[in-house]
Amino acid sequence: MTARTLFDRVWDAHVVQQLTDEVALLYVDLHLIHEVTSPQAFAGLRDASRRVRRPERTLATVDHSIPTGDRSRPIADPVAARQVDALGANAQEFGIELFDLASPGQGIVHVIGPELGATQPGMVIVCGDSHTATHGAFGAFALGIGTSEVEHVLATQCVALPRPHTLAARITGARRSGVSAKDLILALIGRIGTAGATGHVIEYTGDAIRALSMEERMTMCNMSIEAGARAGMIAPDDVTFAYLEGRPRAPSGPAWTSAVQRWRALRTDPEARFDAEVSLDASGVGPQVTWGTTPGMVADITARVPDPAQLGTDAERTAAQRALEYMGLEPGMPLAGIPIDRVFLGSCTNARIEDLRAAATIVRGRHVAPRVRAMVVPGSQRVKAQAEQEGLDQVFREAGFEWRNAGCSMCLGMNDDVLGAGERCAATSNRNFEGRQGRGGRTHLMSPMMAAAAAIEGHLVDVREW
Amino acid sequence: MVNPFVRHRGKVVTLLRRDVDTDQIIPKQFLKGVDRTGFGPALFYDWRYRPDGSLDPAFELNSPTARGATILVTGPNFGCGSSREHAVWALAQYGFRAIIAPSFADIFASNCYRNGVLPVQLPAASVDDLVRGPEAGLREIEVDLERQVITNDLGFEARFTADPYGRELLLRGLDEIGRTLLEEPSIAAFERRHG
Repeated sequence: MTARTLFDRVWDAHVVQQLTDEVALLYVDLHLIHEVTSPQAFAGLRDASRRVRRPERTLATVDHSIPTGDRSRPIADPVAARQVDALGANAQEFGIELFDLASPGQGIVHVIGPELGATQPGMVIVCGDSHTATHGAFGAFALGIGTSEVEHVLATQCVALPRPHTLAARITGARRSGVSAKDLILALIGRIGTAGATGHVIEYTGDAIRALSMEERMTMCNMSIEAGARAGMIAPDDVTFAYLEGRPRAPSGPAWTSAVQRWRALRTDPEARFDAEVSLDASGVGPQVTWGTTPGMVADITARVPDPAQLGTDAERTAAQRALEYMGLEPGMPLAGIPIDRVFLGSCTNARIEDLRAAATIVRGRHVAPRVRAMVVPGSQRVKAQAEQEGLDQVFREAGFEWRNAGCSMCLGMNDDVLGAGERCAATSNRNFEGRQGRGGRTHLMSPMMAAAAAIEGHLVDVREW
Repeated sequence: MVNPFVRHRGKVVTLLRRDVDTDQIIPKQFLKGVDRTGFGPALFYDWRYRPDGSLDPAFELNSPTARGATILVTGPNFGCGSSREHAVWALAQYGFRAIIAPSFADIFASNCYRNGVLPVQLPAASVDDLVRGPEAGLREIEVDLERQVITNDLGFEARFTADPYGRELLLRGLDEIGRTLLEEPSIAAFERRHG
């Protein structure tokens, strides 16, 4: 028997039919859908008089375009309202469970899947959203797909995929205080680049990964796509099982025991080979902040804005020059001290309860700097309720943060949570692309602790000095 | 049913930037619709139009020589970021049939094959030859998916390898769902085995 990786095991168990040498038809265990990338898929089904093959393996929620303020009134944006209504009508017509705006289970699709225990080890999970990689933290093969593929999965419960290559990211050593999972993944992307894992599935291994909580593992896997990867995965272990046990959609009783036994086999054989490998010493990583317009344009908070003239290739120099112009930064400026206007604590990357707790530790008893507008957008309504039960909402409110309802919000600015032109934001989200948070807006990605500290100081700051 | 793509002769426009992400190709405010149409005018919105809504003459696609271009030549990692298929709809509805770059993001390439748009991966040196070489004066090229070769009238020739599955979807303009439903017995058998 050939030695296999974790990914090989999950892939092999889901092949329905080999279509070409490379492409297999893969069975999908869980299909997550949301309002933005699904309406055209349902329209296609309807046009062709097709049904949804396994509605019970499909979960829907609204997250991308919804307002995060007052929910007692109808959605003010008529176009967004029509899209949200369309998902409601489609879910009803095709018999799909929907966590709508009124549901206590509503939230960002990649937060509620794990929260419900619907995300489980060994599954193939797809969603019309690139951050589906998040669910790989449980040892699932989870990937983002386009709307045509969403329609295909609805109709067939399968997805046709070329088999990706494998990349092992070995992260070892003890993390220093003030350094989070977000810093590890940003440092890794900085190392391998935004296309460093294109065509690959990353398996994160090593003692630094084993030491992460489930929520931290989700942060790591979430940003796999920012390195270009098809997916990110972490082998399930006792941390995974402890997180899942007792969740509403997780198996229970004897089914739980046999599931855990099965899940324990989901690991990479010691002699298995990866197509590529990269390693990172976690003990050498400090808090990271991005200075440019891709997540790979990142540096330690103690560093200075790089000088494009000193970069290796013409293409890199041009890209960095353009990024610095957009970001309004000069080569050689220390990153710590760059003044900010806004703070966004949210997104599928960093809006789970541990993220809010970590940020609250920093802001407790302090106040947001004058002229800085800061908001907390919990990843789900359950995260919000949990935080309120712990009194975190009071900590944030008293410090001058806005306390919002769950949604994607200012991560991509589809609702009215956007940056104005030239506004600079410390964000816990995943993309610092030009215009991502609003046309002309300038995004610096960082961890929740770093963003919280920036809110208090009014500029980028090394949280280790707190 | 998508437009089949066998071979296409058309005018080239170059956008020599790397890491062009799907947020640039189609910004977020255009994702709120429920239809697959109407995205062409919003393509590269923040680059194509100034904040007052007028065309920005400095942007490559707004150059008079770019008028009527159907082939986009661009930098590595094109289409990175969000999975939004709206990006491909916008490119196709603007008029692009093929995109040539040293590399593409995975989800973007997959979306192209399902919308009649051919992503052609060429080595960076060939892309340079195509846009900077002596042939650069001739702005029309032919992309032949059947033979997997790009040519122009001045003798430029570059071979490429398309993903075989995507190539078949494009050559035959296949309805992928219809194709997969032919495998229904295999899907049903898988479900019987796994519950």
